[in-house]
Amino acid sequence: MTGRSQDWRPAATRRVLEARAELYGSIRAFFAARSVLEVETPILSRHATVDRHIDSFASTDGRWLHTSPEFAMKRLLAAGSGPIWQIAKVFRVDEQGRHHNPEFSMLEWYRPGLDHHALMDEVAALLAHCGVASRCERTSYREAFVRHAGIDPWTDEAPRLRAALRERGIVEPQGLSSDELADRDFWLDLWMSLVVGPALGGDAPVFVHDYPASQAALARVRPGTPPVAERFELFWHGIELANGFHELTDAGEQRRRFEDDQAWRAARGRTVPPYDRQLVEALQSGMPDCAGVALGLDRLLMLTLGLTSIDQTLAFPADRA
Amino acid sequence: MATVSTNEMKAGTKVLIDGDPYSVIENEYRKPGKGQATNSLKIRNLKTGRVLERTLKSGDTLEVADVEDVEMQYLYNDGEFWTFMDPKSFEQIQAGAAPMADAAQWIKGEEICRITLWNGVPLYVAAPNSVELTITETDPGVRGDTATGGTKPAKLETGAVVKVPLFVNEGEKIKIDTRTGEYLNRVGK
Repeated sequence: MTGRSQDWRPAATRRVLEARAELYGSIRAFFAARSVLEVETPILSRHATVDRHIDSFASTDGRWLHTSPEFAMKRLLAAGSGPIWQIAKVFRVDEQGRHHNPEFSMLEWYRPGLDHHALMDEVAALLAHCGVASRCERTSYREAFVRHAGIDPWTDEAPRLRAALRERGIVEPQGLSSDELADRDFWLDLWMSLVVGPALGGDAPVFVHDYPASQAALARVRPGTPPVAERFELFWHGIELANGFHELTDAGEQRRRFEDDQAWRAARGRTVPPYDRQLVEALQSGMPDCAGVALGLDRLLMLTLGLTSIDQTLAFPADRA
Repeated sequence: MATVSTNEMKAGTKVLIDGDPYSVIENEYRKPGKGQATNSLKIRNLKTGRVLERTLKSGDTLEVADVEDVEMQYLYNDGEFWTFMDPKSFEQIQAGAAPMADAAQWIKGEEICRITLWNGVPLYVAAPNSVELTITETDPGVRGDTATGGTKPAKLETGAVVKVPLFVNEGEKIKIDTRTGEYLNRVGK
């Protein structure tokens, strides 16, 4: 007998399993009352995300496990589905830690006719309906950085972002490439992970909106000085819970972003999966103006129940799966 | 040279940073949903005992420090080095003053100590959690005073000075917790 002989047992208590079932019931009722259609889409696909910092599991027959149901749901939208939602298991390589499990449950929904601010209202309404949080706050990405880091993400350049981190007594990773040293987004990510993110949402959940255009992902970019990505994230107790976009609907721009990300990956010797050509075709045929959001349900349960790690919300986290 | 990746670093993993051996205390994985992942390590320098924080990009590797804990028996001190013996192989090693900083005052000979070796050289020697030593010098005892809670200094046969209750006398053997330096009890003859 070894200490590992208890590994067949679930990590989550019966109470936590019940809380998950109740939460899913509340979510289903919320969307039914608003006439948002529940859908399901393939987990296994010929295409994968090419996001620079998200890696997909590859199957032995050359297909990929999805990292979010986003592409397939947008194809439904383009086909005229109207508002849709689903809870999907999604998979991401190497993401494991106190707040990460390589397989996790994502609530994702899309709302034709809404922009990212109107969708933030609906996320807040869902959290209130589920008894999670009665109110949410809102701040822009820039305001959050100025207030919690004392840096201006619109104007401060990489060397300044780097020096300011050192002034905080934070030792940067060693062996950074000249690429990384000059990459503003690399430094903004470090600031977000180590300083700004942990300071957000101490009282109520807080939406951070209007991201740098360079971090648009699949959000549309609003022209201006500087141009701003119509993207938001939700933070609570320093933990990122949701990510939403006023969705990019321009097929040409979507293809360009996919190809840029593939080139970025290729230049660094990273896996370069095939991007979803069928999504680009769907956008070409016309996807309605809409906003969409993905919310991590395991983390939401963790925070709602006052637990300290995502493992405690999972029947069988990766180490026991 | 063996290396270890950020996702393999657990509490207790020994790594080499800037030429010094460290033990990992905590490893926190952080990742913005769509950004660069990092691991924030809390690590203890095994030479100095100091605790530091270091941030790595996820997937980065560090060299593994060849550090192991062994149990060895203390034999003697020649004024400069403390000599220990492996009770099974009878192999002997010597520790200098730096790794002996905490343990030296508690041991007189024959104790089994835990020695942390780095590339085979002692980094740190830990005395047994408790030791029994004889008092060689202290003020006369106050007979019957077991209740007031007062203490007085007492010098032990190893030279260490500890606080003992007023009723304890010169020549008596007492038990000490070496981790706190506190008197535990008298040892019956």
